[in-house]
Order: sequence, then structure tokens, then C-alpha cells
Amino acid sequence: MSTAVVALEQVSKVYRTGEVCVEALHGLNLRITPGEFVAIMGTSGSGKSTLLHILGCLDRPSSGRYRLAGHDVARLDRRALAQVRNRMLGFVFQSFNLLPRTNALENVELPLVYAGRPRRERRKRAAAALERVGLASRLFHHPNQLSGGQQQRVAIARALVCDPRLVLADEPTGNLDSRTGIEIMELFESIHRQGVTVVLVTHEPEIAAYASRLVVIKDGTLCSDEPVTARARPFAAASGAGSGP
Amino acid sequence: MKLDEMIRAALRALLRNKMRTFLTSLGMTIGVGAVIAMVVIGQGAKAKVEETFTSMGTNVIIINPGSVVTGGAKAGAGTISTLTFDDLRAMQEELPSIHLTAALLKATCPLIAEDQNWTTTVNGTTPEYFQIRVWAASAGSTFDVPDVEHATKVAMIGQTVAEKLFGSADAKAVGRKIRIKNVPFQVLGILERKGQSPSGYDFDDQVFIPISTFQRQIAGGLHNYINKGAIYVAANPSFGTTRAQADIESLLRERHHLAADAEPDFLIKNLDEIAKAKQESTETLTTFLAGIAAVSLLVGGIGIMNIMLVSVTERTREIGLRMAVGAQPRDILLQFLVEAVSLSALGGVLGIAVGLGAAQRLAARFQWPVKVQPELLVVAVGFSALVGIVFGVYPARKAAQLDPIDALRYE
Repeated sequence: MSTAVVALEQVSKVYRTGEVCVEALHGLNLRITPGEFVAIMGTSGSGKSTLLHILGCLDRPSSGRYRLAGHDVARLDRRALAQVRNRMLGFVFQSFNLLPRTNALENVELPLVYAGRPRRERRKRAAAALERVGLASRLFHHPNQLSGGQQQRVAIARALVCDPRLVLADEPTGNLDSRTGIEIMELFESIHRQGVTVVLVTHEPEIAAYASRLVVIKDGTLCSDEPVTARARPFAAASGAGSGP
Repeated sequence: MKLDEMIRAALRALLRNKMRTFLTSLGMTIGVGAVIAMVVIGQGAKAKVEETFTSMGTNVIIINPGSVVTGGAKAGAGTISTLTFDDLRAMQEELPSIHLTAALLKATCPLIAEDQNWTTTVNGTTPEYFQIRVWAASAGSTFDVPDVEHATKVAMIGQTVAEKLFGSADAKAVGRKIRIKNVPFQVLGILERKGQSPSGYDFDDQVFIPISTFQRQIAGGLHNYINKGAIYVAANPSFGTTRAQADIESLLRERHHLAADAEPDFLIKNLDEIAKAKQESTETLTTFLAGIAAVSLLVGGIGIMNIMLVSVTERTREIGLRMAVGAQPRDILLQFLVEAVSLSALGGVLGIAVGLGAAQRLAARFQWPVKVQPELLVVAVGFSALVGIVFGVYPARKAAQLDPIDALRYE
């Protein structure tokens, strides 16, 4: 059996605010294998954000084990976690989070800068990543010269540029109109087909439907975990009819 | 992340808000500018003082006769004749710490040239005086020992006197006749320009004649006493003026039969010490002014801290993103620190320009020499960078300690 990208065992997360303890995750087990495209859904307060933060090594579980591509990351300190994020993870956010007044190429280079890669290599890899998301002609555009969808593509290129083991997308279509959202989801689908493991957090079923596996979280535990079989995707169909080749 | 990339990133961040960057570094500009101007001006003033005292002669001690004490009221130097030519000879012969001595007798007399007149100080002295004061003739020559021995009627005149009597201070005055107290004298030479004493006395407005001539023609009286005058002494350089002053004091006390606790009946002025004191007071003033100017550096530093805190808050999401893609806390710390230092160093460089400009202008007005030591500029830039570090650390630490989740969520 190949090493799982994500292996959570009995993961709990407790937040303490004064006297009150809130248990956001409760003995959660989750295994994601390489090449999967997993959508995580859940209502607000279900613990899906907490799960995403732990998966993204932005936070540490209170108890339990987390092995990311075989490495135990549950007890690492801030510095080591930053390194893990840099080397093994790619993030895509709802609000793009591009650096203002910085062109697409330099935005995509950012993780490589922190990885300490030489300038020439950074340029090359960043340009290749932008090409991969279909922005080869927009390398030197600043975020304010790009549409929302293009900005999110830059962000996706940035997530891919370090060849991460896992790409985490937090409501990546939340700030986009539905048509652009579909384009972005098709991009995720295509990078998934290229073998990248993607975990997507969303509350929209039609977005989650692009994934191959759907995990639903409720009250800090797994409520359901099943492959997406019924690929009934009304929006995708509409898009196919509207802008298909 | 490498330092050159950090500096580039910092400059780019600062260029995003040009007006804010300019105003923030303005505080540093004013601070550094004020300090530089004060230091440069202070050094100019010190050099000016030095120049003045050098013109009075180095190693010089002046002994004035003491004052009359009537019922506790002291009438001032020279009101009683306590110094004698025997004192002078004794000093010259007995004290190895003394190199040269010269008596100087003074009187204020009317002078008449062909068609001009002028009233000024006439001094009777010996050739040693010109050696002690390091004062040569710019035209003609100074009088010599035979002139004193034979009491010849020759005069050395200062530049101001030459201008008043002959219209100019050039060589054509040499050999002309002047009348001092109606006694005809021949102008033997014109003395080099000395300028003013620190108290504003014009050294060039004087006439010098041989002391014997003075005693015979200008002021009579008891010839052994030096009243209305002084003894000028050049200390032996290998002993120094402090030692010479002490030697003179004990010799004169002994010769004047003064009790150990009695007030001396003479006054000793050590020009070197006066010069040092004057320089010290100039320096103290400069330090004080520079200190006040340095307060504005502090204010500039606080301005930088304030703006960096605003910047950290504004860029919270950026910090969160940078952390998410792998920035170490140290990377964030350095990023903001480099920005703060760039701000303050920018202000420092502008401040140097402003400070030097201001110093140049002020020095030109007061006719002080402008002396800029390159070290000063290095120290100024270094110090402003230091201010950037000191006041940048707190905002930068605040940024580095942000929690990436909170930072990413920040609205």
C-alpha cells in the first residue's frame, strides 16, 4: 500500500477561551491517498475550518496523530511547520491573497523565495506554473489588472509552483461569479487529472460535486465519507452547453 | 530569503506609499540634519577659537601687576606698581621653565602723521616680545637689541594704525615719520595682521617702540617699575605653561615677601589655559546643542515605529499569506526590520544633505571655517540605521508573532 498523503488518527482540537472549552474536532480519523480529489463539506461551526487548518499545518491538533506524506507533523514547532507548508503544501484561498502591486510572476515565485531557490530557477518554475493555469500571457500583469478568475488562477499557480504533495483550497470559488467558479473548478479537475492531490473545502454541493470523494463533517466528527458517484452537475452541464468547444 | 532581496522588497513596499514614506523619514531627516549642522558648526567655531588663540602666541603667560586694596576695594590690575625689572631678570635667570621674557609698558597717546592723526595704545617693549607673540613684520623690520640699548626713536605700527595714518598698510609707510606725543619717530616696520582677541580687542591697533625710548619720551616715573604694563613670558616647551606658571608664582611670592596665605600682588594669565577653557566651553555648547538636536532623532524614531505598526496592521493578511506559503517568523521579522531601517537610513541620507547645507550657510554668515569629517557622515548614517533597528524591532516582532490563521482571517 502506498503511503497516504494524509493520515489523521483520533485527532481532536480543543479551543480554550477562559473557562470555556470548545471541542472543534473530536477523535477524527481521515486518510487521503495520493491523487485523490476530496471535497470537505459541513455547516459553519462543524469543524471543517479547523480540519483545514490542521491539514494545512497552520494549526496543531490537541491530541491524536497527523502524518503528512509519512512525516509526523502533529508536534512540530512554528518554524518546522512553516517549512512543511513551504515544501509539501499549496494553499488556495477564497480571497486570492495576492500581493498587491506585485506582478503575477513574482506572486507565484513567493513560495520559492522562502524555499531559498535561486532567482533564475524561480523565474522558470513560476512561468511554467502560470502556463499550467493558462496565464502564460499575463506574467507581468499586476493583480489589479487581472479579473477575479485570473487572480485565482495566479493563486493556484502559486499553490502548484513548489510541486506540493497536497493542495488545499478553502472556498476557492466563494468570491467568484458562478460562471468563473465553474472555470476554476474545471482547472482543479484538470490538475487533479495530472496527479495532484487536492482537498477542497466548500459549502456548495455543486462545487463539491467536482471532487471524486465527499467528506461531510458534523460536530467535529466525520458524518459521511463516500465517493462522488452521481456526477450530476447542473452548472457544469450549463457551462458545457454555453462555452464548450 | 537573502538580504539583497529583502532590501529590494522593502524598497518596493516603501515606494507603494511614497508620501507616507517621505513624511515618515522627514522626522529622521530633520533629526540627522540638525545634529550634523550642530556638529559641523561647532567644529567650525572651535577651529575659529583655536585660530584666534594661535594668533596670540602659544606657550604664553602674561603677568600683570596687582591692584591697590583700599579698605577691601580692589582698584584693578596695574593700579600699583608691584612688578619690577628685577623680578623680570630674576625669572629669566632663575627659572629653567621659562624660555623668553619681555616687559611691556603701555600708554595711550595721540599720533600724528603728515596729514592724519589717530590716538591709540603705544607700547614700549623689547625684541623678545615679537618672538613670544610670534609676530613678524609684513613690511620693513622689527626693532632689535641695539635700538633698545640706544633708545632710538623708531616705531613698529600695526595694520590698523597704518591704515588710519597712511591710508593703506603697504610698504610705502615704512621710513615715514610719525609724531608720538609730539616726539618724531621713524616707522621701522608694519606688523602682520593679527586680528581680534577673543574679547574683541584689535591687536592691529597698536604701536611698539623700544622700551628705553618709551621710558624716556612717553612715560616717565620710576624706571624700575612695570606699572601700566605687563611681563610677557614664553614658557620652555619641555616644561609646559602649567609648570612655568607655578614657578613664576612661587618666585614672585618669595621676592615680594608674601605670606603663604596672602593674596598675590600680581596676576598671572596662562593663555594656553584660557584657550583650553574657551575651547571646552565651545565644545560643551556644541555637545549641548547636538544633544537637543538628538531629541528630534528620538521623535523621528517614534514616528517610524508608529508607521511600522500601522503598516503591520494594514498588511496583516499579507503576513498571513507569507506565513502560509512558508515564511519563517524570522523572515517576517527581518522583512519589517529592513523596511524600518530603510526608512530611517533614507531619512539619514537626506538629513546629511540638509545638515551640510544648513552648516554651510551658517558658517558663511559667521565666517567660520566648515570642517566636515567623513567619519561624521558614516556615524550619521549608522546612527539613523540604529534608530531604525531600535524602533523597528517592536513592530517587526509583532508581525512575526502573528498567528497565521488569525492573520489570514483578518479583515
